[in-house]
Amino acid sequence: MDRGKNMKFQHKHLLGLEELTREEIELILENTAGFKEIFTRSIKKVPTLRGKTVVSLFYENSTRTRTSFEIAAKRLSADVINFNVSTSSVVKGESLLDTVHTIESLGADFIVMRHSCPGAPQLLARKCRASIINAGDGPHEHPTQGLLDAFTIKEKKGGFAGLNVVIVGDITHSRVARSNIWALSKLGAHITIAGPSTLLPKPFERLGVRLCSNLREAIRDADVINLLRIQIERQRANLFPSIREYSLLYGLSEERLKWAKKDVLIMHPGPINRGVEISQSVADGKHSVILEQVTNGVAVRMAVLYLLSGGEENE
Amino acid sequence: MNNILIKNGRVIDPSQGLDEICDVYIANGVVREIGKNVKRKATTEIDATGLIIAPGLIDMHTHLREPGREDEETIYTGTRAAAAGGFTSVCCMANTRPVCDSRTGIKYILSRALETGVVNVFPVAAITVGQNGEEITEFGDLISAGAVAFSDDGNPVMNAEVMRRALEYTSMFDVPILDHCEDLNLSNVGVMHEGFIQSLLGLEGVPAAAETIQVGRDIELLEFFGGRLHICHVSASGSIHLLRRAKKRGVRVTCEVTPHHLTLTDELVKKTNFDTNAKVKPPLTSEEDRQELIRGLQDGTIDVIATDHAPHTDKDKDMVFMDAPFGLIGLETAVPIIFTELVHKRFITMSQMIEKMSVNPARILKIERGTLKAGAVADVTILDPNRRYTIRADKFFSRSRNTPFDGKKCRGAVDTTIVGGRIIFSKGKILEEKGG
Repeated sequence: MDRGKNMKFQHKHLLGLEELTREEIELILENTAGFKEIFTRSIKKVPTLRGKTVVSLFYENSTRTRTSFEIAAKRLSADVINFNVSTSSVVKGESLLDTVHTIESLGADFIVMRHSCPGAPQLLARKCRASIINAGDGPHEHPTQGLLDAFTIKEKKGGFAGLNVVIVGDITHSRVARSNIWALSKLGAHITIAGPSTLLPKPFERLGVRLCSNLREAIRDADVINLLRIQIERQRANLFPSIREYSLLYGLSEERLKWAKKDVLIMHPGPINRGVEISQSVADGKHSVILEQVTNGVAVRMAVLYLLSGGEENE
Repeated sequence: MNNILIKNGRVIDPSQGLDEICDVYIANGVVREIGKNVKRKATTEIDATGLIIAPGLIDMHTHLREPGREDEETIYTGTRAAAAGGFTSVCCMANTRPVCDSRTGIKYILSRALETGVVNVFPVAAITVGQNGEEITEFGDLISAGAVAFSDDGNPVMNAEVMRRALEYTSMFDVPILDHCEDLNLSNVGVMHEGFIQSLLGLEGVPAAAETIQVGRDIELLEFFGGRLHICHVSASGSIHLLRRAKKRGVRVTCEVTPHHLTLTDELVKKTNFDTNAKVKPPLTSEEDRQELIRGLQDGTIDVIATDHAPHTDKDKDMVFMDAPFGLIGLETAVPIIFTELVHKRFITMSQMIEKMSVNPARILKIERGTLKAGAVADVTILDPNRRYTIRADKFFSRSRNTPFDGKKCRGAVDTTIVGGRIIFSKGKILEEKGG
């Protein structure tokens, strides 16, 4: 396996992609390719993290991300504990820091955390000895999702230079959008964010991102369209009038897909709302790489765990 | 009683246009004489060579938390923090538990201040009963009990009709309404200033319009219905524009700004990786807003610098950003921060600093303070404009530690605080012994 050409990963935590350099992101992607190769073997396990403990601490519901991290850690031979927030003392009012200090005292080397508040993993990183991996902090960042999206694009398109990537949906409340913007802009892609004006943060123009509320204009010449799940809670906050109207304006159908390039990739971080932001046939069609994203997610998370552990074989 | 002779200091007293090297003689709690080479016998002599002698500083926006949240601050600890910060008087806000909306509440604070406090405590009463924004309190009775102003600080009066009546009714007493301007529908669940940094961090934003809309509303109400209005902790450039225009056409509105809004911006949230000591209301605004606040200070649009000292326990602040309470403490950092960031950088003069931290608060509150004229109560603050001073939260007299300035190296500090002719604080120590 090519393990990153002797460059060492200098971070103890993975909190976001904003703070990573292009080279560091490329290093993770190279390692991801190496780990993905393991999936083709009959025994899909390496001893890299033998004797290490990974604890997942999810304050928000998640099946996919949690399972993906769990499989990644197990394939690296780590011991994996799922700390169940809803049945633990957290519901009795224990503070986040008390919970985490307890987990740490139980011997966690890595804490994989999801929380509804931006900055929650930063708080942990300040107060803990364990390596913290952000598995989503509110609308702030979801670094492993950004990395797996970048990896998927690289696999399919070969590179990023000059690529037009369009992210459609509720950008304001999306950690996936933010992590994608950081990773892909560092790697050289052109980024457009599209959706209702209430859900596009105007200051993002300062990052060189194009804002567009007209879907046809947004996806013209698109190489990649990344569709985000639209949430009913936002309708209640008057950010758009109805799911129906959202779908009328931004739902991606077979017909509308023709506005983009012929070889456009359709991505979605899941879970998808069929018939809302994406039609049945587009989700399952030949442009869709949605399920490959899921597979790549495991390889990316293996690479991240490996690099954060110091990037050395434990044999 | 002690007689004090402060010798050879630079007396800056904008209330009488004084800025000269003088001696100040204090006897029986009163300023007796200011002049060159004062020949008086005194039990205590203070050599103020190289120091500034100013009328005692007044913080017109302090949360002492007593009664109700004595784990955060008490009148005992808060007034000591005030003395250490050079403040001889503080106005304590009404959002205690219970809310200070009755004669009993005012009397409780005044009696606790007498028993345990070391500086003057001027209580502020609530505008509405329970600060619920619905029915106005008994202003007349509260004033006779000792309230100097009215405020629903922390819980803005959302109903314009209620604010109208409050202004109209207080006009017969000529006391100010200290107005926390925030449209709660617009600020909603926001936790930081809405803008570039906020959109990167994904935290919910508070748009500047949440403040400016109520500043505009209440200036209109004031013009139509009378009364006296003092806008608390202005933070947005738009508010400064509104206030500047209003003052130009002669509206009786005044306003204050905090040291943190003058010196910090929303960048701090990012720079500190979501440190909750950067979470405050109104939120720290953008650099453009900050520049406008400084201009407002310079051209007189802003009358007062007030701390909005808001103590919170470590337990409450050690939470994720969304859940932590708003607020930071300021009594013990105001003077060093204002000296370092505004006076020494030549944005304002020392005379302007003293005007906005002593003379103007006294004038707005109509309290007989903020002057060193012969016969005035001897509330005196001696400042050392050049002392090197590092802010250390673990050394605070306040019960709380929630400051974004911990570790900051400053130039300029408080030397001595004299309240009613008694030396309360000198050279880093509280001298007054009073039970807690």
